Amino acid sequence: MDFSLTDDRRMLADMATRFVREKYDIESRHKFAASDEGFSREIWGEFAELGLIGALFGEDVGGFGGTGFDLAVVFEELGKGLVVEPMLANLVAGKLVELAGSAEQKMLLEKVIGGETLLAFAHSEPESHYDLAHVATGAEKTEKGWRLTGHKSAVLNGDSADLLVVSARVSGDVADEEGIALFLVNPHAKGVAIRGCPTVDGGRVGDIALNGVEVSTHVRLGEEAFATIEQAFAAGIVAVSAEALGAMQVATEMTLEYLKTRKQFGVIIGRFQVLQHRYAEMLIEIEQARSSLINAAGHLESGRELREWNVSALKNLVGRVGHLVAEETIQMHGGIGMTWEYALPHYAKRLTMIDHQFGDEDHHIERVIALSAG
Amino acid sequence: MDLNYNDEELAFRDEVRAFLKDKLPARIADKVKKQQRLTKEDMVEWHAILNDRGWLASAWPKEYGGAAWDAVQRNIFEEEACRAGAPRVVPFGIGMLAPVLMAFGSSEQCDHYLPRILDGTDWWCQGYSEPGAGSDLASLKTTAVREGDHYIVNGQKTWTTLGQHADWIFCLVRTSNEGKPQQGISFLLIDMATPGIEVRPIILLDGEHEVNEIFFDDVKVPVENLVGEENKGWTYAKYLLTHERTGTAGIGFSTEGLAQLKRIAKAQKKRGRPLAEDPLFAARMAKIEIDLAALRTTNLRVLQDAMSGAASPADSSMMKVKGTVIRQAINDLARRALGPHALPFVSEALDAGYNEPPIGPDYANPVAADYFNNRKLSIFAGSNEIQKNIISKLNGL
Repeated sequence: MDFSLTDDRRMLADMATRFVREKYDIESRHKFAASDEGFSREIWGEFAELGLIGALFGEDVGGFGGTGFDLAVVFEELGKGLVVEPMLANLVAGKLVELAGSAEQKMLLEKVIGGETLLAFAHSEPESHYDLAHVATGAEKTEKGWRLTGHKSAVLNGDSADLLVVSARVSGDVADEEGIALFLVNPHAKGVAIRGCPTVDGGRVGDIALNGVEVSTHVRLGEEAFATIEQAFAAGIVAVSAEALGAMQVATEMTLEYLKTRKQFGVIIGRFQVLQHRYAEMLIEIEQARSSLINAAGHLESGRELREWNVSALKNLVGRVGHLVAEETIQMHGGIGMTWEYALPHYAKRLTMIDHQFGDEDHHIERVIALSAG
Repeated sequence: MDLNYNDEELAFRDEVRAFLKDKLPARIADKVKKQQRLTKEDMVEWHAILNDRGWLASAWPKEYGGAAWDAVQRNIFEEEACRAGAPRVVPFGIGMLAPVLMAFGSSEQCDHYLPRILDGTDWWCQGYSEPGAGSDLASLKTTAVREGDHYIVNGQKTWTTLGQHADWIFCLVRTSNEGKPQQGISFLLIDMATPGIEVRPIILLDGEHEVNEIFFDDVKVPVENLVGEENKGWTYAKYLLTHERTGTAGIGFSTEGLAQLKRIAKAQKKRGRPLAEDPLFAARMAKIEIDLAALRTTNLRVLQDAMSGAASPADSSMMKVKGTVIRQAINDLARRALGPHALPFVSEALDAGYNEPPIGPDYANPVAADYFNNRKLSIFAGSNEIQKNIISKLNGL
C-alpha cells in the first residue's frame, strides 16, 4: 500500500501546475474559449512540447505514460485552470486508436502526441443519451469499403479535429453491444457536414451529419468495438473526474477566501456556523472524491469488472460532489458568485457539465448496480 | 501509488485470520453476528484471549506489554476482527486511559495501572460528560477540593458507557475557578468502590442498559491519584479525544453492516422479487457502497499520513463524520428493508439461548433497535457538529 506519487509523476504534476499558474489566468482562458476553434493552437503546441499529451499514452505508441495515475495527475492540474484545450477529446479518441488500431494506424498517435494532429470521437447521437451501445449510424458494406450514414451530436471538439473516429453499426439492432465498428474519417470528406457550437461551460462541440460518406476498408479500427469504447471511456472518466477534482479545489479555495473577507452584520461571514459547517461538508466530500479517483485510477489497468465498477463508482461520486460544490460555492458567494466577471461561477459551470459527459450520476449508479449483481 | 497491501502486510493479515479462526470462541462470534447481547464475561474472556497472544493493547509499546502495531496493522486487525465477528475491544482502559498515563502519568501510575488493565483486574470507565457539559465539555462542574492528602469530589457524571461493570473511573474534575474554564480542570483516577459513589442506569431508546449516571457525594480520593499536574487536565483530555477519534470511522463495522444489509435485501421480497433488485432500493444501497469504498481508501490514506507524520489534525474529524454517516445510513436501509417486520421487537431474543421461534424473518428482531441505538454515533466522541467546527477551523476559517 502506497499513496505517494512516483518522482516522474510528481514532476509531471509540478510541470502542469506551473504551466497553468503562469500561462492560464482566467482572462486568457476566456479569450481562448471565445476564439473560433475554442482553444489556443499555441498553447496546444506547448502542451505537446512539455510532454503533457505524451503522458496520456503508452510507450509503444510514442507516449511515456498512459496509466490511470498519469491521467489523474495531468487532468487534476488542467481542472485547476479550467483548461479548454482539447485534451479530453484527444485522450479518448487516441485511446481508441491505441487500443484497437493496427500498427500502421497507431503511427497516427505520434502526430497526436506531437500536437500536429487533433482527434475527436464521434459517438453520441441524438437518441443515445448515455448508452454506450446505442449506435444508429449505419455502416453499409460497399465494393471498396464502407458507406456511413447517420447523425452524431455533441461531439466534444468535433468541429476542430483533423481526423474523426466515428462509431457506426455494421450489424444488429440499434442498442446491441455487438455489431459496432470504428472508422477513421476525414472531416473534410464528401458527405460530412459539421456544425461547430460553443458549450455552456466554455468548450466546443460539433454536430456531425454523415450523408453516405464513403470510406475505404483500411480505415476501420479493429473489429468489434464495444469493449474498446468502454475501455476508452473508462480512461475518459478517470481524466474528467480528476479535472473535476482540480476544479473543486479551486472553487473551495476561492470560497474560503471569500468567507474570510466578506463582512455582514459587522463580522466576516466565515464566523457563521451555518457556513462553517457547509464548508466542512464540502471538504469531506472532496476527500471522498479524491479517494474514489485513486480507486478508479488504480484499477484502470485491471480486468473489466473491477475496472468498470470503480470507474462507475467514481463517476457517480464525482457527479454528486461536483453538484454539491458547484451549488454551494455559488450560494456562499452570494450575488458575486452569479457574475460572469468573477472566476468562480465558471468553475461551478464546468463542474456541473462534467456530470453530462460520459454518463451522469444516475447512469453510473445503474451501472454499479448491474456490475455488482453480475 | 499502490492500492494493495504489500507482502508483509498480507502475511500479517493471514496471521490475524489464522488467530481469529483458531482462538475466537464460536459462541461469542455467533452472538456478535446475530447482534445479540454480550455479557461482561464475554468481553473479559475475549480480552484475555487477546492478551495471551500479546495483542490486546495493539497500539501500546512493547515495554508495557503492547503489540506496538503501526496504524496499518491496527487497521488490518480491525477489518479482520469485524469480519470474523469478534467483539470490539472495550476502549476505556486500553485505548483511552493508557495513552494518557504513558504520556502524562508518573512511572508509579504506569507500573501500577497498566498491567491491571491488561490482565483484566480493572475495568475502567470514562467520567467526562456531565448533565450541563456535553459538547461544551470545559463547562464541567464536578469539583475536587484538596483536603490534606485527599481530594473531596462532589458532582455528577453522565453517559458513562458500561460504567455498571467498572472498577475504576477516570474523571475530569474542576480544581480551580480561576481564568478560562479550560484552565481549572484536573484528571483524576477514582476507585468506584469508594464510599459516596452511586451508579444509576440510564436506559436508552432501544431499551438497553449501556450508559449510566454517576453521582459523587464527598468522595475521598488520594492525591496520588491525580494524573500529571493539577489544572492541566484539559490538555490531557484533548490528547485523549484525538486518540478516541482515530478508528471511529468504523470501516469494519460498516463493511459487515453492508454485507448483512445485502443479505436482508436479497431475502426480503417486493412484488415477488428480491428487494435487492428493486431499482430504487438498489440505488440506495449502491450509493452507500460507493461511499464506503471511497472512505476505505480515505482511511488508508489517513493511516499512511499518520505513519509518516503528515496527518492533518482534521483527518480524524473528517473520518468520524463520514464514517458515522455511512454506518447510520446502513442501519437506516436495513430497517427500511424489513418493511412491516421492522416493528416486532422481542428484547429477550437478544440473549443467547432464547429458544422461541422468531416473529418474521430470523434476522429481523435486532435491526430497528440497532438503528435506534446507532443514532448515538453522530452524537458521541465529539458530535458531528463539533467535528465540523474543528474541520472548518483547521482549514482556515
